[in-house]
Amino acid sequence: MLLEVRNIDVFYGSIRALKNVSFNVEKGEIVSIIGANGAGKSTTLRAISGILRATSGSIIYNGHDITHTPPHLIARMGISQVPEGRGIFGNLTVQENLDVALSSVKDKKTAGPNQDKVFSLFPRLKERRRQISGTLSGGEQQMLAVGRGLMQNNPFMLLDEPSMGLSPVLTEEIFGVIVEINRLGKTVLLVEQNAFKALSIANRGYVLETGSVVLAGTAAELRDNPDVKKAYLGG
Amino acid sequence: MGQFLQQLINGIQIGSIYALIALGYTMVYGIVRLINFAHADIFMFGAYMGFFLAPVMAKVFGGAFIPTIIAAMLITGLLGFIMEKLAYRPLRYKSRLSALITALGVSIFLENFCAMDFVLFGVHFVFGPTYRKFPDLIVAKNIPIPGNLGLNISNVLLLDVGVSVILMVLLFWFVNKTLIGKQMRAVAFDKPTASLMGINIDVVISTAFIVGPALAGAGGILYGTTYGMLASPFLGIWPGLKAFIAAVLGGIGNIPGAVLGAYIMGISEAFATSVNSNLGYGMAFAILIGILLIRPSGLLGKFMPEKV
Repeated sequence: MLLEVRNIDVFYGSIRALKNVSFNVEKGEIVSIIGANGAGKSTTLRAISGILRATSGSIIYNGHDITHTPPHLIARMGISQVPEGRGIFGNLTVQENLDVALSSVKDKKTAGPNQDKVFSLFPRLKERRRQISGTLSGGEQQMLAVGRGLMQNNPFMLLDEPSMGLSPVLTEEIFGVIVEINRLGKTVLLVEQNAFKALSIANRGYVLETGSVVLAGTAAELRDNPDVKKAYLGG
Repeated sequence: MGQFLQQLINGIQIGSIYALIALGYTMVYGIVRLINFAHADIFMFGAYMGFFLAPVMAKVFGGAFIPTIIAAMLITGLLGFIMEKLAYRPLRYKSRLSALITALGVSIFLENFCAMDFVLFGVHFVFGPTYRKFPDLIVAKNIPIPGNLGLNISNVLLLDVGVSVILMVLLFWFVNKTLIGKQMRAVAFDKPTASLMGINIDVVISTAFIVGPALAGAGGILYGTTYGMLASPFLGIWPGLKAFIAAVLGGIGNIPGAVLGAYIMGISEAFATSVNSNLGYGMAFAILIGILLIRPSGLLGKFMPEKV
């Protein structure tokens, strides 16, 4: 098992945002976590990447307990998170955003080929590499955020709402890239409000409701589940 | 005309020293959102290091200026590093007010510690609240200017401007081209995301607290060389305050802004002083009040809403 989350609780001040959440991800899978706004989806990813701390329970990655590991070391251990709202460094150029992502990479020799891979997935970024990234369009910023994650060359990627604020065409494109990334051998944990799209590319899924996992199953099972259909798939 | 050019040149000279100090304020603020009030005292500490080290350096290396300024920069850089580790790091995730009050405390500590008269390991250390003659790191000479404008330009002036410009160019290269420089800008923009990139935030913050104070240390050496004397361990207060206002004028957190603000401050102060010697001090506050009224984000600063 690549990732195992066991009974974690996460608090924002005195508010319990995650209650006893458990799930796992196998190597090579795409796993989607779906749920409404505020259900705790982003919180779950942030707890894995170390930005938030689980107050109880544990998170095991590749056999290592990373529950209390600081985020920069988790990034160096092999987990890349593409944060919600893109989180690009708006004061840096496109190229500098990609360069900074290499902070987690020990073997800098992989940087060149990796960057070629990113530019072949997102030719727009290559055109705009000298542009200050804060001036990119929303779709381009999302591409940069994913590209930056790919620069880290990590086997496991956490994607937080990659379709947020994107047009249907761009959403389609981003999901195509996620499938492509997975085909290249990366494991993907995807958090999405767009449950339909998320379940269409995932192997398995979990449903979060007010901080707890209420349903789990294969993507097909969840798609056919009447409750999921009613709540997240528009009937 | 001659008088006008002379004041302009004087302003550029003092502006260069302000720039070296202002850069430290702005770098630290950009990264940890803290006004490091002790920065002015690091500048003072650098000047005193010049006082103590110059005779030693002259003996060891023959020439004094280059080894002294490098040694002073190393020492003030180390002082900045220690200061952050002991005083500011424990408060990193506490309220910003606690860090600000701590900065004032560190400042008061450094000033009064250096005013003490004490013996350590058999060596008598006296910074002391008395005037001291700063050693001549270079032999001051006037450079004759052709024409009859009556300009007075010394090699010290060229040294001040030259050293500042070299250090600023090095800083711009460091911040814009090196990985750690890019990391610094990323951390200034968004710390949590920067840590997701694998950036060790502690290392980046320490770096800012080494580089900024090292520049202030260099400024201290230039200050001593220019004025030829050190008044007391409280000598950092005024240049520090003016450099801080210069950083605010340029847009605090913005590196080119700090340089621009420092030269505007130096030049306007030189002109004000030529009218009345007390007016120079007033100029600093007139600029501060003006900028706060008209453009609180500074000349090159962008207004950024606080992130929640």
